[in-house]
Amino acid sequence: MERTIYREIEATGRVWGLAVILVGFVLAALASFFYVEHYGHIVTGMTNRIVWGLPHVFAIFLIVAASGALNVASIASVFEQKAYRPKARLSALMAMSLLIGGLMILVLDLGRADRILIAATTYNFSSIFAWNLILYTGFLGIAGAYLFAQMSKSVPYAVTRKVGLLAFVWRLALTTGTGSIFGWLVARPGYDAAIMAPMFIAMSFAFGLAMFLLMTSTLCRLSDRPIGDQLMQRLGRLLAVFVAAVLYFTAARHLTNLYTMEHAGFERFTLVDGGIYTTLFWLGQILIGGLLPLAILLLPVFGKSPKAPLVASALVVIGGFAQIYVIVIGGQAYPMEVFPGYEVVTGSGMSGIAEYTPSLPELLLGLGGVAVTLLAVGVGTKTLRILPTNLSDANIG
Amino acid sequence: MKIPTLKGADISRRDFLRSGAAVATATLAPGVTLMAFGGSEAHAAADADKRWGLLIDANKCDADCDACVSACSKENGWAGEGNPETDPQWIRKITMQNTSTGREVTMPMMCQHCEEPPCVDVCPTGASFKRVDGIVLVDKHTCIGCRYCMMACPFDARSFVHEPVINQKSHAPRGQGTVESCTLCVHRIDKGGRPACVEACEATGHEAIIFGDLRDPESDISKRLAQYPSVALRPDLDLNPGVRYTNL
Repeated sequence: MERTIYREIEATGRVWGLAVILVGFVLAALASFFYVEHYGHIVTGMTNRIVWGLPHVFAIFLIVAASGALNVASIASVFEQKAYRPKARLSALMAMSLLIGGLMILVLDLGRADRILIAATTYNFSSIFAWNLILYTGFLGIAGAYLFAQMSKSVPYAVTRKVGLLAFVWRLALTTGTGSIFGWLVARPGYDAAIMAPMFIAMSFAFGLAMFLLMTSTLCRLSDRPIGDQLMQRLGRLLAVFVAAVLYFTAARHLTNLYTMEHAGFERFTLVDGGIYTTLFWLGQILIGGLLPLAILLLPVFGKSPKAPLVASALVVIGGFAQIYVIVIGGQAYPMEVFPGYEVVTGSGMSGIAEYTPSLPELLLGLGGVAVTLLAVGVGTKTLRILPTNLSDANIG
Repeated sequence: MKIPTLKGADISRRDFLRSGAAVATATLAPGVTLMAFGGSEAHAAADADKRWGLLIDANKCDADCDACVSACSKENGWAGEGNPETDPQWIRKITMQNTSTGREVTMPMMCQHCEEPPCVDVCPTGASFKRVDGIVLVDKHTCIGCRYCMMACPFDARSFVHEPVINQKSHAPRGQGTVESCTLCVHRIDKGGRPACVEACEATGHEAIIFGDLRDPESDISKRLAQYPSVALRPDLDLNPGVRYTNL
């Protein structure tokens, strides 16, 4: 018997205060967009060699996390775990919000954002990028239908389950597509790997659940609604499995590369002497985003703290950004070997490791995407009956 | 050398572009209306029986000469601001050193006009396209500036227009926020001419760049390719580029 009551969150002073701050970030992102639109990308840190910069790191993080955030709903309706059902609406809303935030960044960073209609109407089906546009818009539609099915009293549960299954399959395809944007770039030593697709799926599970935990906890605090410690611990243990999976795929990717001399240079760059990229890999992804969260979630000394899953989630998010930064920027910074056996002495813009310094407009655009995500979640929970009034352990069993 | 064959995709791409001839002209900047690449005029001139290419002799290329780069810049109306990382570079001079022997080699690099261009495969809107005569171009009206083609290009041959453009040439449209690269001076070829870099190199007496039809066994370029050893860059990718190098 469903004991969950869903209610809109109340517009308290704290909620309004947060909304004003988020709107400020969105306005700053729009100002950045118009600034870059007017002066050109010369005012960013991006170049002809680092063509995708910090905005893409934010965008890819949000898009990857979007599909992962839907997992809670999938666990409820596809895998029949009743304890997850009260959070399923929230899961679908967050998935859509994360995707909208990520897509906003991608679109506003285009050289010709005004031509978005061309991108929406003219497809080259040999491009994984074009397929992704279909996967993203389809995801929004399917997640929206899934949310509607869950909220509507007239939709039978069997139908909701079927929509949930479709959403689950679609989200796997979506993350496969996002990983393949890099995996199918055969020319660059930092990419060109089929493992990118499953690794991105593992990343989405981890990042999405971490974002879900952080946002759910914040919403419950904002609206003074209880959230059970056991529930958080349970989701925390699930997060530990996903974090371990990311570490596994990362290890498999680099060990495979290390086995072939062809990739030795790139591996040395990432693992040993790549400067900021090496630091971000070991300190950011492996330690902060991997080993520390695992320790916090699994070691008994930390495991009893109700805050442990939230601290671990925050670390997973930080480590996730570091991981995507190393993949996106590091993969471009390492030069392609156009002339095997030769070293380029002079070659205007072709020699050595490409340099990249993120600019303020790029950072503001990225943060604006995050703000759009949080605003969308806020508006959704304010206007729709999505957040349960009581997520205490006693209530959801 | 592998003899190029026509692909069905080329035909459909041409048909698509013909159907888009109505939008082949557009205002790129106030008061300046330019013919886009892929427009009816430029495309109709493409001859499916030809495959245009270049043969570059690294022995004849002088490290102190940049006549090809200057000629391209002047012909197509692009210029650098002194920052190679963000400047447009349709063609650039590269000097390399053999890591084991120390021998230095100099040569020009530009779009390699691949038979199987990765930039065309990845372009989400089809703005990157290959003409039936093998010339790889960017349709400036459908490029959204996503730069995925630059990620995919194995030769770093493409530039993103980072700054507002001025003094455009009507035969070489450019646009801030779009991607561009060597067009093989398609506007000259369609009138029976040769690329500006080839003529400039010849004028200096170096004659390091030979232009011609790779499908015509009697052309100078085909004869030289048949007679002397040559290489394609990134042979591991099997892209069959239209630009070949000798004495590398």
